[in-house]
Amino acid sequence: MPTVSLFIPCLVEHVYPQVGLSAARVLERAGIQVEVPPGQTCCGQPPYKQGRINDAASMARRFLDVFQGAEAVVGPTASCVAMIRQNYPDLLAEDKVYGPLAEDLAQKTFELSEYLVNRLGLKDTGASLPGKAVYHESCQMGRVLGLKEEPRLLLDSVRSLEILPFARQDRCCGMGGQFSYDYPELSAELLEDKMADIQAASPDYVITAEVSCMLNLDGYVRKHGLPLRVLHLAQVLDSAEGKNGIS
Amino acid sequence: MGFRERSAAAVCDSNAQAVFRKAAEQFKSEREKVFAALDDPEANRRKVAEIRRRSLANLPALLELLESKVIARGGQVHFAQTAGEANALVQDIARAHGVRKAVKGKSMVSEEIRLNKALMEADVDVVETDLGEYICQLAGELPSHMVAPAVHMSKEQVAQLFTEHLGEPLDFDIPGLTAIARKHLRKRFLEADMGITGVNVAIAESGTFMLVENEGNIRFSVTAPKVHVAIMTLEKVVATLEDAMSILWLLPRSAAGQDLSSYVSLLSGPRRQDETDGPEAFHLIILDNGRSLIMADPLLRDVFACIRCGACLNVCPVWQKAGGHAYGGVYSGPLGSLLTPILGLHPDGWELPFACTQCGACAEVCPAKLEQPKLLLELRRRAKGRSNPAMGLVPWAASKPQIWKQSLQLLRRLDPRLSRLARVPGLRSRLGIWTRARTMPGREKPFSDQWRKLRG
Repeated sequence: MPTVSLFIPCLVEHVYPQVGLSAARVLERAGIQVEVPPGQTCCGQPPYKQGRINDAASMARRFLDVFQGAEAVVGPTASCVAMIRQNYPDLLAEDKVYGPLAEDLAQKTFELSEYLVNRLGLKDTGASLPGKAVYHESCQMGRVLGLKEEPRLLLDSVRSLEILPFARQDRCCGMGGQFSYDYPELSAELLEDKMADIQAASPDYVITAEVSCMLNLDGYVRKHGLPLRVLHLAQVLDSAEGKNGIS
Repeated sequence: MGFRERSAAAVCDSNAQAVFRKAAEQFKSEREKVFAALDDPEANRRKVAEIRRRSLANLPALLELLESKVIARGGQVHFAQTAGEANALVQDIARAHGVRKAVKGKSMVSEEIRLNKALMEADVDVVETDLGEYICQLAGELPSHMVAPAVHMSKEQVAQLFTEHLGEPLDFDIPGLTAIARKHLRKRFLEADMGITGVNVAIAESGTFMLVENEGNIRFSVTAPKVHVAIMTLEKVVATLEDAMSILWLLPRSAAGQDLSSYVSLLSGPRRQDETDGPEAFHLIILDNGRSLIMADPLLRDVFACIRCGACLNVCPVWQKAGGHAYGGVYSGPLGSLLTPILGLHPDGWELPFACTQCGACAEVCPAKLEQPKLLLELRRRAKGRSNPAMGLVPWAASKPQIWKQSLQLLRRLDPRLSRLARVPGLRSRLGIWTRARTMPGREKPFSDQWRKLRG
């Protein structure tokens, strides 16, 4: 049985733990043995994006230690997966010990939908979720990882779920990690735009595969008490009649 | 006042927001339309990317060839290290030819060096002839967009400006406004002793300059006056006409969603004896202004592969909200956030690379395949004193899983909505606004605890 080491991003560990649980269940249902390497903290993306390369490199080395020997690493968020896959090899290029490990791990690390569709050849997880939804692709999924088709294939097979089109789908939601703190006015305006475009489609759910977008959109929905729910793709794929990943 | 304050002011201006949105969406959709009609736009982009990089790699040789070809065709070539040197050269040329009046075609580099001011100081009356630039000049403002300089102004504001400065009756009709500008500019073209332009592409093999425009003002500026001064930054040169044509294939498409611009001029030196039009004298000024230093830097050189189409601005979510002027300098959007700091064009320049969500929309449309997000990260790495020193504790804390987890859980327990932290002086001005737009979800047991309970 193939084994996956589940990578739990900080926002999943501390804010959206159910996303991690759903991801684990979806993988297990696909016949995968899931293990969660202990001692996970942060992959180093925040300091990396602030240009703190040395800090990020030391966190990358630690991450490589934690995930050493993993057969495959799967993370339920695009930006952290991109960090490991695209940035670790560059960060550690000069490091004789960790450089090759980073190259190796980059080959074995996948975003959840990517792993399901491209590695396992799965298009249908057997999920069911009645209602209408929009899919917020997130820039990190679509542009950075190039995962445009994979999550949509999975969503298309979710029973009773209708995916609605909406305006300016490929536009950033305004989160951008520390950008939302450094430039809160711009960030809030971009979020307003995104939510206006989404609400114009009148969905029941907003689905995304990036937890930082999820925090942004969900934070807005909570602030305004809107009648819609923001869900991670993993939660949707974990939904079935009677029981679901969105409890 | 930095970028944050200027952009925050822009988002409060609902007129400006409506104008930015309309412009950005129109540019974006027109571009998408013409790109969709191409057989293989990716191959076209790869070609332009390859040409630009090959040209940068051969820059010294190409510039030498260009210089010799221009001289052979009867032109004069001047190299300027700095903005000051370039301005002094134009002043000297004006003086030598007894120039009192000049017309100028839209040129970002002339804005970069503040040429108009230098000419005014030398008693040369210079007028911008691109409609957008003309409006900006009357308003005393910098252009806010590389392709559409006055995109930040509504037609009502333009009408007001024309009434104030040109004594024209108030007219809100766009063709009417254009006719007013045309009437006033026509006189200036015919009076001018000198025409000043930028250069879209310089072709080394023949000493030819390509100028791309829609209004015909550039062609008028180089044909009517007796002296033509073209100013280019040194990265604009390519080897062959074929290279230039590959760039032209994508430039108007990327810039304005046009298959081809209304005018493309290929100019080679001053009027020869057997020719009936063209200037009597042609001067080329090749400006460095900090570029050769950056070009020696392999991690940043790519910035100069840019062909100045402005497509990156139109798709940039930050530009769409902040508008061009918030960037403080001549260049805005992703390109502005790159050029402004590295060329030292504005004191707040090093803040700009941080004003980016890393969404990658710019790189997706760039005809020269620049990787702006990556380049901006490289600039963040080089920015001094920008990041919070407390960030230095992060790697240490992250190396201690218990401390890491407990401190974040403590924060989640004490202040799940971040409402307390948002009142702390020093955090308030940012986190306060962050939490005004969003409510954090309530506290839950961390994933690792729940997992342990489930799986032992």
